[in-house]
Amino acid sequence: MQKVNQELAIKHGLTSEEYNKIIKLMGRNPNLVELGIFSAMWNEHCSYKSSRIWLQTLPTKNKYVIQGPGENAGVVDFGDGDVVIFKIESHNHPSYIEPYQGAATGVGGILRDVFTMGARPVANLNSIRFGSPTHEKTKYLLNGVVSGIGGYGNCIGVPTVGGETEFDECYNGNILVNAMNIGIAKKDKVFYSIASGIGNPVVYVGSKTGRDGIHGATMASAEFDEDSESKKPTVQVGDPFTEKLLLEACLELMQKKSIVSIQDMGAAGLTSSSIEMASKGDLGIKINLNLIPCRENNMTPYEIMLSESQERMLMVLKKGKEKEAQKIFEKWGLDFAIIGELTNSKKLELEFNKKNVCSIPIHSLGDNAPKYKREYVTYNYPKTINHDSEIEKLDIKDSLIKILSHHNYSNKSWVWEQYDHMVMTDTIQKPGGDSAIVRYHGKNKGIAATVDCVPRYCKAHPKSGAMQAVCETWRNLISVGAQPIAITNCLNFGNPEKKEIMGQFVDSINGMKEACEALNYPVISGNVSLYNETNGVAIYPTPTIGGVGLLKNINNMMTFNFKNTESIIAIIGETSGHLSQSALIYDILEDKDGPPPQINLKEEKKNGLFISDLIKGKMVSAVHDISHGGIIVTLAEMCMASNIGAKIKVSGSNIDKIKYLFSEDQARYLIEINKKNLEKVKNIANDKNIKIDIIGKTQSEIFEIENNLKISVKELKTKNESWFKNYNKN
Amino acid sequence: MKLQVIVTLKRDVLDPQGSAIKSSLSNMGFKNIESLRQGKTFEIIVKEKDEKVALSKAKDMCEKLLANLTIEDYSVKAIKE
Amino acid sequence: MKASVIIFPGSNCDRDIKISLEKFGIKTSMVWHADTKLPKSDLIVLPGGFSYGDYLRCGSIASKSRIMKEVITHSKKGGLVMGICNGFQVLVETQLLPGVLIRNINLKFICKNITVKVTNNKTNFTSQTYRNSILEIPIAHNEGNYFAKKDLISELEDNNQIVLQYCDTAGNVTEQCNPNGSIKNIAGIINKKGNVFGLMPHPERASDKLLGGMDGSMIFKSLK
Repeated sequence: MQKVNQELAIKHGLTSEEYNKIIKLMGRNPNLVELGIFSAMWNEHCSYKSSRIWLQTLPTKNKYVIQGPGENAGVVDFGDGDVVIFKIESHNHPSYIEPYQGAATGVGGILRDVFTMGARPVANLNSIRFGSPTHEKTKYLLNGVVSGIGGYGNCIGVPTVGGETEFDECYNGNILVNAMNIGIAKKDKVFYSIASGIGNPVVYVGSKTGRDGIHGATMASAEFDEDSESKKPTVQVGDPFTEKLLLEACLELMQKKSIVSIQDMGAAGLTSSSIEMASKGDLGIKINLNLIPCRENNMTPYEIMLSESQERMLMVLKKGKEKEAQKIFEKWGLDFAIIGELTNSKKLELEFNKKNVCSIPIHSLGDNAPKYKREYVTYNYPKTINHDSEIEKLDIKDSLIKILSHHNYSNKSWVWEQYDHMVMTDTIQKPGGDSAIVRYHGKNKGIAATVDCVPRYCKAHPKSGAMQAVCETWRNLISVGAQPIAITNCLNFGNPEKKEIMGQFVDSINGMKEACEALNYPVISGNVSLYNETNGVAIYPTPTIGGVGLLKNINNMMTFNFKNTESIIAIIGETSGHLSQSALIYDILEDKDGPPPQINLKEEKKNGLFISDLIKGKMVSAVHDISHGGIIVTLAEMCMASNIGAKIKVSGSNIDKIKYLFSEDQARYLIEINKKNLEKVKNIANDKNIKIDIIGKTQSEIFEIENNLKISVKELKTKNESWFKNYNKN
Repeated sequence: MKLQVIVTLKRDVLDPQGSAIKSSLSNMGFKNIESLRQGKTFEIIVKEKDEKVALSKAKDMCEKLLANLTIEDYSVKAIKE
Repeated sequence: MKASVIIFPGSNCDRDIKISLEKFGIKTSMVWHADTKLPKSDLIVLPGGFSYGDYLRCGSIASKSRIMKEVITHSKKGGLVMGICNGFQVLVETQLLPGVLIRNINLKFICKNITVKVTNNKTNFTSQTYRNSILEIPIAHNEGNYFAKKDLISELEDNNQIVLQYCDTAGNVTEQCNPNGSIKNIAGIINKKGNVFGLMPHPERASDKLLGGMDGSMIFKSLK
């Protein structure tokens, strides 16, 4: 037996202070199994020790929220006794090491978080970020991750309907794979993880336990260095077929009245699931490790407790319901084992070969886990930069084409055509639009969803960037006719022990908080991924936001393709010409200095509600929120989606025109208005003090800026579709 | 008894995976590969002492499930431990 | 018309196909793969999905299910059988249809709307369409590349067993519009008797205006 001492504790990722705290809480030295359990529960990924105090400041309630953060996923009311359950999670570190399996198991994990609550998963979304396309690992990682997401999602039969794919050299050493899932359930049939009932049986279902991913949670909380390659064996391997069986078996059992509580075995496997269930119920749990179905011979208690074998769930059943449950799991060909019971000891007690191998006070693992208020800096809004000299001689047509054919702004169908986005036959807005929409099965309403973040904004000024991410999801939901309900967040940052990084985190939380409060759009679930650094270089702060909205009537869905020629094109919202951190300045001119666009939350709300009213009142035929690339790129996207052109007029010097067309001022939308509705729209805008600019009209085939450029929509499409095709040719 | 079954694509069947793998190897510097075809191997341990009987069982498994005879060939052999 | 949809472990599109069949007035029962008896049915449907995780070869393990014996008997008696996507893969593994379905030529899963030409509109499954009509129906597969030896292909052509071919929006059967490398752009075939039909596109995903199209409904209308 290995000697348990401070040195070993440090090897397990604990600090010496943390080790001393363990000894204090236990009243003695821990043994190896106990040390392993503490190290898994107290690492960043499971304990949120660097982020917890800040996460607690986020707004988590509105009239729709039934369950906020603290459960496997969040729950919102969708009316008529229907609920929607959703969450986003990261699987960054494993995906860098083994991209296919890392991404696949990321999808598998988030699916389980949703169906463990009794919801049938109905939509996957994801946000994936890679290093520079010229970095030697990028092509391999891109192909692996996209195949992995497709491989898992397609096999389990849940459509992958939306996402973002981005490249930036800040991710060269640390890619991001954030996976989101949305499920539906009936309000009175939601299952929680709080265990209750002393003596109730604790049951293990799903795949057998092997040696996969031991210390996966520890790896998630560690920076990479040259040795990271050798960590390959710790990556979990996913089996979507087994997950499909597990999903169907769980949903079938959930129709009966036999489950008291249920939790999926994710990070830190059996350890975290058993501890979380028991501690939520303020109870103890006793497990006989000889009863755990194992795939390998001679597994030790340490290995069994820390294994991250996938596709496993832990349940507490009502006494007497065991046989009924077993029948269902055996029908679906899954392992079913009664492994222990709930006790009143308030301890985690493990037995192996008739000996007690672990006895830990349950609250010391969760509630009494370390909570740190780490040192942090605050970032001021950077000084304004004048870009006039950079843009003076720029050609507008050339700049437009450069953006449209740039890897970050290209048509992404190469990515999402590898995902089955149609299975379950409820996808009414496919990938490529402002938000995805799936019909709430069997009903006339829809669930709209989007994931967004602009990391370069967040690097420039974390507070503004985080605010912007929340606002962009809000706008994207409004643009499809949905009412934004709530968000889930995946906070990807570097090493929080550095005050610059901790400062990015704190400022991002504050930015999110302000935006969520102003828009009545709270956080109901989420995940934090820290230590995304390699050799001391951190990623940009990347608070990915997953927004969900309610489309009350699916027949009122809005899309951004132009519907007719001879329609009026208008801009809603103020254009002041902010170019710093825009696609043009950052990606094309490679100037990374300057502040991101300012967020005016009052304007966001005002303009968004105005757009909602226009859509409800059937006064507009197309809506697209203005984001990357500004008015000109937004307009081009509307043309390319419809094969209908446009003719607009811009005035002033070349500098004025470029500022107008390419600036990324926020709170703006581009809309198509039928001539007969124009006066009505103008009147309402004036009444509500909304800025509206009529800039031109739609026409057939040609994209035109008067006296400036003329290009066929066909050619724009060719340029926009070329990057991914060519990138993967060799 | 331990048996090894190898299932390979018939000569005239297109093997896009094999082609892709060959290209990758070539890009990595392995320039002298004339051809590469991907197959599968199965390691089966049967409770059977008679080698002839065991091999016949394995052949049957191939014909019935392990190989798609329209496009695949198979070979079976006993592995001496 | 009464239909039975077989559910294998890993089937995904069983609920989807049930909805489409019932939309067109076809009463549908769901049958578990381990059952040994089929309810009285005119049509058996093998749905899309990833039966047995696509292990070994797509559809190979499902083709050995107990219920497949009943499906084979049903087809020998002249009953109708339709296999969609993974279902088509099960049918070729069972040899109720000739040929094989192998990995897409570009090695990637592909999910998109494509157009197919109705090459034979005199079948039980396409009787409501016009010859050479173009249907826009989505595909979603990794192993949809139809392969058969030269003499078998000639036989299929001579017997009018090729029912659907991938084509462009003008109806031309070209290499550019072939999404997976299938020989002769084959997207769907029937057996010699004409009662067993296998197709890679998903008609149940094109039978609802809200989902973007109604062309798939032509197949259900023909079945009615």
